[in-house]
Amino acid sequence: MKIKQLSLFFLIALVGCGKSISPVDSGLQEQILHFGNGSEPQGLDPHIVTGVPEHHLLISMCEGLTIANPRGGENLPGVAESWVISPDGKTYTFYLNKNAMWSNGDALIADDFVWSWMRILTPSLGSQYPDMLYYLKGAADFHQGITQDFSTVGVKAINDHELRVELNNPTPFFIKLLSHYSTYPVHKNTVLKHGSIDDRNGLWTRPGNFVCNGPMNLKTWELNKQITVDKNPLYWDADKVKLNEIRYYPVSNESTEDRMFRAGQLHVTNVVPLEKCPVYIENENPNLRIEPYMGTYFYRVNTLHPVLKDKRIRKALAFALNRTQIVERVSKCGQQAAYSFTPPGSAGYEPDTEVPFDPELAQSLLSDAGYPNGEGFPVLEILFNTQEGHRKIALAVQQMWQQNLGISVQLVNQDWKVYLAREMTGDFQISRAGWIGDYEDPNTFLDTLRPNRGNNKTGWENKEYDDLLELANATNDQSLRYKYLMQAEQLLISEMPIIPIYTYVRQYQLSNDVKGWYPNLLDTHHPKFIYLER
Amino acid sequence: MLQVILKRVAIAIPVILVVASLTFFLVRMAPGGPFDAEKVVPPQVMKNLNAVYNLDAPLMIQYRDYMFNLIQGDFGPSFRYPGRSVTEMIFTGLPVTFELAFYAIIVAMLIGSFAGVIAAVKRNTMLDFIPMTIAMIGICMPTFLLGPLLVLFFGIHLEVLPVSGWDSLAGDKILPSITLGAAYAAYIARLSRGGMLETLSQDYIRTARAKGLPEHQVIIRHALQGGLVPVVSFLGPAIAGLIGGSFVVETIFQIPGLGRFYVEAAFNRDYTMILGTTIFFSALIIFFNLLSDIAVLLMNPRARSEA
Repeated sequence: MKIKQLSLFFLIALVGCGKSISPVDSGLQEQILHFGNGSEPQGLDPHIVTGVPEHHLLISMCEGLTIANPRGGENLPGVAESWVISPDGKTYTFYLNKNAMWSNGDALIADDFVWSWMRILTPSLGSQYPDMLYYLKGAADFHQGITQDFSTVGVKAINDHELRVELNNPTPFFIKLLSHYSTYPVHKNTVLKHGSIDDRNGLWTRPGNFVCNGPMNLKTWELNKQITVDKNPLYWDADKVKLNEIRYYPVSNESTEDRMFRAGQLHVTNVVPLEKCPVYIENENPNLRIEPYMGTYFYRVNTLHPVLKDKRIRKALAFALNRTQIVERVSKCGQQAAYSFTPPGSAGYEPDTEVPFDPELAQSLLSDAGYPNGEGFPVLEILFNTQEGHRKIALAVQQMWQQNLGISVQLVNQDWKVYLAREMTGDFQISRAGWIGDYEDPNTFLDTLRPNRGNNKTGWENKEYDDLLELANATNDQSLRYKYLMQAEQLLISEMPIIPIYTYVRQYQLSNDVKGWYPNLLDTHHPKFIYLER
Repeated sequence: MLQVILKRVAIAIPVILVVASLTFFLVRMAPGGPFDAEKVVPPQVMKNLNAVYNLDAPLMIQYRDYMFNLIQGDFGPSFRYPGRSVTEMIFTGLPVTFELAFYAIIVAMLIGSFAGVIAAVKRNTMLDFIPMTIAMIGICMPTFLLGPLLVLFFGIHLEVLPVSGWDSLAGDKILPSITLGAAYAAYIARLSRGGMLETLSQDYIRTARAKGLPEHQVIIRHALQGGLVPVVSFLGPAIAGLIGGSFVVETIFQIPGLGRFYVEAAFNRDYTMILGTTIFFSALIIFFNLLSDIAVLLMNPRARSEA
C-alpha cells in the first residue's frame, strides 16, 4: 500500500508541474532581476572580501565616494556629489551629498569615511586590499605598524559633508579607485555592535543586521543557494532605481548556469561554457554577449632560470607564437590576440608595442643564444592550473614551439592552490597567468612587474622600468604620464619577462529584457541603471 | 544487542580521533594555503591573516588547540567564509543533503526492489533480462551524465520541471532525487534479485506453496523478508554514500547541500572546513553502518543469535 502511495506521489508531482511561468517572465512583471553570480561570496564585508561575485553584490548594497560609469570612462558621483582637486593633484576635497544616508536612516557623514578607511588600514583586520589606500599620505606606515596614530594618515573630515584627502603623489586614477568596494564606508555603530573594529567574524553582515548605503538592501542570504536584495527607499538617488529586487545565484557550474538560462531561470549568466561559445557564435545566439574586458592572458617566464634568464630566448619563445591562430582556432570565443601587457583602450591608453609572429627571427634569436635549430635546448615545462581551456592553449603553444623552434616542452597541470604555491616560490619555468585590472588605468597592469611586487613572480627586475613608473607616478600631466608608461611598456616587451597571448573578453548570456546594461572594460553594471522591459 | 551497540560506539571514538589527526596533518602537507590567490596578498597582510587564524603558531600547538576545541564540539571558524563557523555551515547544508538522500533512497528502494523482485520471480524471462540490463546500465552510467540528460529532456525540451534549485520552484526536487537514486536503484535491483532467488529456493517457501498459498502471498508474506536482507545491509553504506557522494548531483542541480561545501573546502584549502566535514562524514558513515547492522540483527534471527 505504501509503495503504491509513494509511486502515486511521484507521478502526481511530475504531472502536476506542467509548464509554468518562468522566473524570467515573472521577473519582468515584478522588476526582479535573476543574476548568475559565479560562486558563493566569501562574505559581504567590503573591507574583508575579494572577488568578482562579492563585487556584484557590494555595488548594489553599498556605495563609495564615486560609482563606476556604466558606459565606461570617468566615474560618476556616488556619495560625493562633487570634488575639487588641488593644482598639484595631491589634495582632493570631496563634498558629500547631504541626502546620502545609511539604510537604517542615519545620516552618512564624512567621519564615516575616516573611520571606515581607518578600519581597512587596521593591520589586525587582515584586509587583503589595504594597498588600494596606500596612495594616501601615511596610509602604508599606519598599515605596516610604523605608526599607531591615524591622524598622520591623509584623510580628514573638515565638517559633516566635506572630506579632505591628501595623497603621496598626483594619482590621476584616484577617483576611479573610489568606486572599488575596498574604499566603501561601513556603518560604524553596526560594525561595533557585532564586534570590534578588527573583527573578521562579526555578524554585522547578516540579513537583519546589515546596514549600508547602496541602492539595494540585503533581504535574505541562503548559503550556496541565493542572496536577495531589494530596493532601498532611503538611497539618495532612489527615484532612479527601477529594479525592485535582484536575486543572485552562486552557480559555480558553467553548464548548470547555461541550462538555467535556457530554461528561463536567469536573466544574466556569469560565463558561457567553453565548449558552447563557438557553437553560440556560429548559431548567432541573440543572447550571447562578447565584450572587451580589461584583462590579459599571458605566460609568465621565470627569468631566474639558467636558460630563460637570456632575454633572446624569451623573445624567441614569444615570436614563435601565432596568436591569431590561438584565438581563432583554440580559444574561439572572441578573444583578441595580445601584443602588449596592458589591454588596448584602457582609459585612452593605446600601447604601442609589437610582438611579431616571426619564426625566422625567433630561430635566429635562439641560434644566437647558442641553440641553433633548438639543438641542445633543455626540455622546459609549462605550468598551468587544471582547466580545459588552459590545457588547449598550452597544447597549441607546445606544438608551435616544436614546429617553429624545434624545442620540446612538457605540460604540467596542477590543482589551483598547488599551481599558486609553485608560482609564488618560483618553482616553475613558464606558467600560464591572467591579470584583470582593478581600475581602468594602465598602472594596474604595469605596476605589478616592478621589483618587489608580490605579483611579479618572474624574478625580473629592471631599474629603468622602475624609474619610468616612478616618473609616471610623480607627474600631474596625463599625456606625459602616458608617455612614461608607454616607454615602460616598450621596455617590458623588449625584455619579455611575460609573453602576452590574448586580451580577455567577457562572454556571457544576457536576456533581451535587460535594459540599461552597457558593455564596459571593467564589466561593472551598476544596478541603479538596470531595468527590465520587453 | 545493547552490548553490540556499546562495543561499536567504543570503537568509533578512537576511529574518529585518528581520522581527525590524519586529516589535520594531511591537509597541512598539501601545497598552498587558504589565503593564496592569483593576486598575491602582501606579506604584511599574510602575516596579519595568519595571526588572526592562529596559523603562525607551531604546527603541534595548532594541533593541540584544534583537538582541544574539537573535543568540546567546536570545529572553529571557516577560513574561506569570514563570519561563518564550520558548525553553522555543516548544519546549513546537512538538512538539504539529508532530504536529497532521503528522496533518493526512496527512489532507489522503490525502483530497485520492485525490479529485483519481479526479475527473481520471473527468472530467465524478458521480465528478468530487461530490468537487469537496465540495472547494469544504471550502475555504469555516472550521475554527471544522467543528470544533464534528464534536465535536457524534462527541463529544456518538455519544460515540465525546473532545471535546478532546491525548494525554490515547484517540482525542483524531482530530477535530483531520481538522478541520485538511479545508480543505487540499480544496485538494489541486483541485490534484491539475488536475495530473492536464494530465499525462493528455501524449504519454507516450498512449504508455503505446498500449503496452497497464492504465489503473491508467498512472495510478499514469506519471501520478501528474507529476500531483502542483503538490501537492508546495503542501505547503511548506501545512505552514507548518498550523503557523502551527493556532491556531483548538488553541483549539477545547484543544490545548497553539504557535499558542495566539502569539495569546495578542499579546493580552497579551508582547513577547518575540510576537517569539520571529514570528521562529520566519518561519524555519519559509522552511524549508518551501525544502524544497518542493527536492522539486519532485527530481521535475521540467525544473526541475532550469533551476536
